[in-house]
Amino acid sequence: MPTYKLKINGTYHSVDADSDTPLLWVLRDHLNLVGTKYSCGIGQCGACTVHVDGKATKSCVSNVALMDGKSITTIEGLSENGDHPVQEAWKEIDVPQCGYCQSGQIMTASAFLNENANPSKSEIRDAMNGNICRCASYNSIEKAVKVAADKLS
Amino acid sequence: MNSKNKLAFSRRSFLKTSALASGGMLIGFNLFTACKPEAKPPVDISQLDFNDFNAFIRIANNGQVTIFAPNPEIGQGVKTSMPMLIAEELDVAWKDVYVAQGVLDNQHYTRQVAGGSQSLRQGWEPLRQTGATARQMLIMAAAARWGVDASECTTKEGVISNAKGDKLGYGDVVVEAAALEVPENVELKNPKDFNIIGKNTSNVDIDHIITGKPLFGLDYKKEGMVYASVLRPPAFGQELVDFDDTNAKAIAGVSQVVRFGNKIAVLATNTWAALKGKNALKANWATTSKGENTEDHHKIMLDLLDGTSFETLRADGNVKKAFQEADKVLERTYESPFLPHNCMEPMNFYAHVTTDKIELVGPIQTPESTAKQVAEMLNRDINQVSLEMTRMGGGFGRRLYGDFALEAAEISSLTNLPIKVVFSREDDMTDGIYRPAIKYRIAASIKDGKLTGYHLKEASINSNMYGLIPNFFPAGSIENYQVDVAKYDSNITTGAWRAPYTNFLAFAEQSFFDELADVLEVDRVQLRLDLLQKVKGTTDERIQFSPERFEDVINLVVEKSNWGKTKEGVYQGFSSYYCHNTHVAEVADIEMKNGLPVVKKVTCAIDCGIVVNPLGALNQVKGGVIDGIGHAMYGDFSFKDGVPQANNFVNYHLIRMDETPEVEVHFIQNELAPTGLGEPALPPAGAAVANAIHAATGMRVTKQPFINNLNPEQLINS
Repeated sequence: MPTYKLKINGTYHSVDADSDTPLLWVLRDHLNLVGTKYSCGIGQCGACTVHVDGKATKSCVSNVALMDGKSITTIEGLSENGDHPVQEAWKEIDVPQCGYCQSGQIMTASAFLNENANPSKSEIRDAMNGNICRCASYNSIEKAVKVAADKLS
Repeated sequence: MNSKNKLAFSRRSFLKTSALASGGMLIGFNLFTACKPEAKPPVDISQLDFNDFNAFIRIANNGQVTIFAPNPEIGQGVKTSMPMLIAEELDVAWKDVYVAQGVLDNQHYTRQVAGGSQSLRQGWEPLRQTGATARQMLIMAAAARWGVDASECTTKEGVISNAKGDKLGYGDVVVEAAALEVPENVELKNPKDFNIIGKNTSNVDIDHIITGKPLFGLDYKKEGMVYASVLRPPAFGQELVDFDDTNAKAIAGVSQVVRFGNKIAVLATNTWAALKGKNALKANWATTSKGENTEDHHKIMLDLLDGTSFETLRADGNVKKAFQEADKVLERTYESPFLPHNCMEPMNFYAHVTTDKIELVGPIQTPESTAKQVAEMLNRDINQVSLEMTRMGGGFGRRLYGDFALEAAEISSLTNLPIKVVFSREDDMTDGIYRPAIKYRIAASIKDGKLTGYHLKEASINSNMYGLIPNFFPAGSIENYQVDVAKYDSNITTGAWRAPYTNFLAFAEQSFFDELADVLEVDRVQLRLDLLQKVKGTTDERIQFSPERFEDVINLVVEKSNWGKTKEGVYQGFSSYYCHNTHVAEVADIEMKNGLPVVKKVTCAIDCGIVVNPLGALNQVKGGVIDGIGHAMYGDFSFKDGVPQANNFVNYHLIRMDETPEVEVHFIQNELAPTGLGEPALPPAGAAVANAIHAATGMRVTKQPFINNLNPEQLINS
């Protein structure tokens, strides 16, 4: 079984895993970073979203073998004290219902706002369309992304 | 409610207090059935072992209040709102309250259930009594120390004051308070004096959710735990013959393959290996009962509706005669498919079965019955079973059924290992307990331009509507009224799904009334109001809805939605419904784009009594409306030879942000006890959209999902 050296949340980790193992399961099962969620396993729902070199990436369809030398950020490393503007906006709006999809939503929103700090309503709706919320907290998510954008600008 | 409520019944049966060795006061009670007689106190209070109580308030020497709540939390917000009720009457500042998950190790989680939107409704009185009783004991202790009468003392945010202006914090008197006898009569606050109830209060788990802390069942880990992925029959009606696990065992990380009953578990050191191992199994299946088809169900249900094998659930007057004498009859059939629940967190459970105990941990809506079923399956004493509940990544009814917990327990029992069963998304969608496919046929008889009779027939798979549903609107408003049900027994597993039965019945009924108004040539909203008028003053105790409260939500939504006054290109649909003790009215605004409806906005007026936590309540209502629209528009699930035809979000369409309307919610302000909120906003949403589609196109959509039953070309041309 190969060993991979992964840079996650600024720290290097050595992981022994099969080359076809999705990053998701390396994070959850090998490294105990369970904030990144499993839901569909085929890149359709966005619950597993992390940042790879700053880009929102679905970790359930990202092989660990392709992560060598890349910088990975998970929800646990988004901010030191849970005070990233997106996290603060999520708290202010009280977005979560069951809460399961929200770390993926937050990771998608934070990568998006990094590229577009002043998005329009339709840009927000487009950017967040890959993340399913079964509780349908979509109105609150949309509002929170706007609030976060205002905090960032 | 002008005067304060005096309570005159005994609380001794559900509330006990104890001084803590470490300082402070512990109050034990049952969060869910606090005032019901079956909650027995332990004989010796010092031996509180969590068997009889499931929730506790700890008031520490420093005045800090901790509420230990057992949490059947599926996203409906009760882990926040139920402690709010206690804190209100205890009269402490919410910021000084810490809500903790109940201590679990020795705990028998009993008498808890998350279902039917009942948590707040049933907890409203007893939880406030619990807080008020604790407050009264603290006052009595302070009064004794001061040598004054307790009635001279007041409290504010955890501080007791007397007439002279002396002050004592709750923490200062907890030791004395704990030694007092539990008082019999305590006053509850007048709703006007509420400081916490009615205030926006954040989800108590918010910090953990936004930073990705372990909270959910799938996040739970324990030393030595082995992951199990289970291969179940690919079709309903099949049984395992034999299997070859050579390839599965060759996968690194796979440790064991175990057959149990009709299923095969692949055990591994990590989830990925377990899932891969399961996919590498080669199994042979035999058909034991016919694999069923959606097309056959369609015909079977239509035959049921045409037939005579009905059970009558309610019959007023003489429906047969009304239809015989009618000069006009409107009859429509409404059709819906099976639906999977699709909780974002797939089903999973942890079980460790040893010779002297059974440890269960995971997301479950029915901990008590699940623990009991595990004990029965393994032929063990229920007292050996402990069940710890995690936060749930959605429930929607699916987690009322503990099949996954039973699987984990069975595999653990066979292997003597601590087992975590994990469903893949495909397992979750294809091994479901589905909302059954249902058809309704509704007929109205009209004579001399007046509605004289109403006959509703239900044909369903496996089970029919129950309880008071046949007595919901329009029962009581039409002289000749009848509800008949029939069912077909299928080998496909079915069960409760958010707002059981009403989730589709509301669509059928509210679509029908819209069309009926046109036939009667009366205003669509006015028809509902006229019918409600006839229910006023009813002496029929089966009728639970209030015509007055119904009128209020209808009038409010008409006002707030600018009903009938939209700009060009925007079409509105109206719908109103009562279920889970809550009255709701909704108006959907749609536009047509490329021949398909785009729902732009939904205005919702809702009467759920006192809104305990407006922030959480808003989430429930908005989510319910969008969930209702999503499933009415897109939710489709069919079977071919017993095999589910969708298995992941690539072939099952859940509503996404760009399909989502803005939902504007208006709560009726009153001081009545809270009613259900997790479900009632969902049922009317589908009909509001369908009625708007009619306004836009002249077409009546009678089948769900709409997306399969709208012909864009036809719509464009109409």
